[in-house]
Amino acid sequence: MLIVIYAYRLTLAGRLNVQNFDYQVIINALPLLWEGLQLSFLLTALALVLGLLWGTCLAIMRVWGSAPLRWFSAIYVNAFRSIPLILVIFWFYFLVPMLTGESVGQFYSALIAFTLFEAAYYAEIMRAGFNSVSREQYQAGQAIGLTYTQNLRFIVLPQAVRNMTPVLLTQAIILFQDTSLVYVVSLRDFMTTASVIATREGRLIELYLFAAAVYFVICFSGSLLVKRLQKKVAT
Amino acid sequence: MEYNWDWSVLFQVPYFGWLISGIQWTLLVAGCAWVIAFLLGSLIGVSRTLRNPILRGIGAVYVEVFRGIPLLVQLFIWYFVVPELLPQDAGMWVKRELPQPEFTTAVICLGTYTAARVAEQVRSGLQSLSGDLSNAGRAIGLTERQNYLHIRLPVAYRIILPPLTSEFLTTFKNSSLALTIGVLELTAQSRQIENYTFHGFEAFTAATVIYLVITLSVVAIMRGVDRYLRIPTNAGGSS
Repeated sequence: MLIVIYAYRLTLAGRLNVQNFDYQVIINALPLLWEGLQLSFLLTALALVLGLLWGTCLAIMRVWGSAPLRWFSAIYVNAFRSIPLILVIFWFYFLVPMLTGESVGQFYSALIAFTLFEAAYYAEIMRAGFNSVSREQYQAGQAIGLTYTQNLRFIVLPQAVRNMTPVLLTQAIILFQDTSLVYVVSLRDFMTTASVIATREGRLIELYLFAAAVYFVICFSGSLLVKRLQKKVAT
Repeated sequence: MEYNWDWSVLFQVPYFGWLISGIQWTLLVAGCAWVIAFLLGSLIGVSRTLRNPILRGIGAVYVEVFRGIPLLVQLFIWYFVVPELLPQDAGMWVKRELPQPEFTTAVICLGTYTAARVAEQVRSGLQSLSGDLSNAGRAIGLTERQNYLHIRLPVAYRIILPPLTSEFLTTFKNSSLALTIGVLELTAQSRQIENYTFHGFEAFTAATVIYLVITLSVVAIMRGVDRYLRIPTNAGGSS
């Protein structure tokens, strides 16, 4: 409400009037922004799939692995969760060309950074999911004569997956927001594109507000979806 | 892989100082932002548990807006857009005379962003309290405000101490985003050392180790605090 009143007063003062707000610059930028958004989605999708795969491995190691594997997984997860994502992006932007001996471009080094980083968070969510299935469930499975794998497949995993899906989806939304950080290595995702155009056209207000609106619409719809799913899971 | 190892570069004259100053800026940004986040987040968290629908609505909108926009976009909006939208005089003042503009902007941005997340924790902490607690407060004649200040909030904080600790650590890590508007905090300094010396491996390792050490110390300290403050009858309590 206050914001509306304030916007109205600004309009009266002629500082936020409709002519001043340059829609044209956004319309002209749409094709480039769309390309950027596609790259953001692509990066999110790939990092999500790869991160989930690696995260599942880490979680399995942590919950059912032998002692060295448990330790490895615990150290990996805690180390990645203790350092900022930007530092991880810098690390791989610097490391990947050095290890492979050739330049692979920002996209692949960013993808590797996101995959390894997000996997730590997914592993932690999954571990909580596995642990959320009570021990009695497992014992009940044993009592009716299920083998270890049957027990996991039919008793433990279905419940665990059900419990952790909403949290995993929320983490996917966070991942989508985090992809904006590839700005620091100038990879042309949605955010970087908006910033480049904003600076080139001298239209910072229009482009940053537009970028914020687009991100908000996507993330808010995502979180509404998660909420609906959560209600379903709870019943 | 050919790489010229030289760990001593970290201790040479300008670079060691850069790392130290980076640590200071990181802690300063994170600490100041956390103060804002904690106070504002508590207010919003409380407002979401009130009966007044307008206050509840404001709280809900705040949380959704600040959680739905990436922190980097918010940072750029605070830095580039907000000064333009302020009234003429205030805008001028922000652009010309605001002390440490990058630092201040980063603190406000990170504080208001984290406030949304703190608010959610405070709300869930308050909602987990049993109604008997408020009734008891009312029975001894406390007003609603006193009830919150002296009974419900102190208990809620004790319950949500572990998630609040991890929110603080997130703030600590998120302070690295301040480098995009020119605050030379730890990550920025390690990047700068890489640019100057081409010893990226050593520089990034130093930053990683420092982040790890600070995070682990905070976790260890807060675990002790949590053990001390935990409510004995609570589920999972050590009693």
